[in-house]
Amino acid sequence: MASNAAVPFWRTAGMTYITYSNICANLVRNCLKEPYKTEALSREKVHFSISKWTNGKPEKPTSDV
Amino acid sequence: MLRRASGLLARPILAARARPFSTDLPAAQTADATFVEAWKKVIPNMDPPKTPLSFMQPRPPTPSSIPSKLTVNFVLPYASELATKEVDMVIVPATTGQMGILPGHVATIAELKPGVLSVHEGSDVTKYFISSGFVFIHANSFADIIAVEAMPLDQIDASLVQKGLADFTQKLSSATTDLEKAEGQIGIDVHSALNSALTG
Repeated sequence: MASNAAVPFWRTAGMTYITYSNICANLVRNCLKEPYKTEALSREKVHFSISKWTNGKPEKPTSDV
Repeated sequence: MLRRASGLLARPILAARARPFSTDLPAAQTADATFVEAWKKVIPNMDPPKTPLSFMQPRPPTPSSIPSKLTVNFVLPYASELATKEVDMVIVPATTGQMGILPGHVATIAELKPGVLSVHEGSDVTKYFISSGFVFIHANSFADIIAVEAMPLDQIDASLVQKGLADFTQKLSSATTDLEKAEGQIGIDVHSALNSALTG
């Protein structure tokens, strides 16, 4: 296997490629013109709710939209 | 239950395990003939299930002479921009610089940095800005470009780019931890790439 080129700066700072790629994508999306920007941001929205479990029972879920 | 059946049928190990690089593969078969035969021996009354191999279109084999056109697949997570489009040349923003891909290019896998992708067909040039991704060039003059985010240049707002550049330059100078410095640097790289895409 060919030896890799110098390790990219984000890798030495502890970031993974996926995090780097997602940051780049978010920055680019934020620079879009208006109708495209809202489409792109709504396309990437993630809905999830987290519930912690204690003593075998789930507590009330906190939802982050 | 059916999953155990394929183990019991003792499928022979495919030559797949011995392949070194994904860009050098010979043309793949359309149907998994050995699996179908083995299935019919054990379960003759049921139709064999379709394996993923039968859904895939086989990759065209590497022609003996260099083809005249490059076939490009340009895909995003949410859409396929170009699907097996025949073009003359593509220029991609690889991390090692702008890379031109012509028909007959050697098989390569390249990581992309934020930059401009230009597709040249006859005298038309279509440009897209890509946030990051990869390009796989196969020996049979097929190029697969995958990007996380891509858009034509006229959808980019120049004032937001300038503002972002200024913000991140300031963030980098006031950064303390390595992670903040990395984020600042990424911001500067992306925004300067956007800037040169708009002006260049």
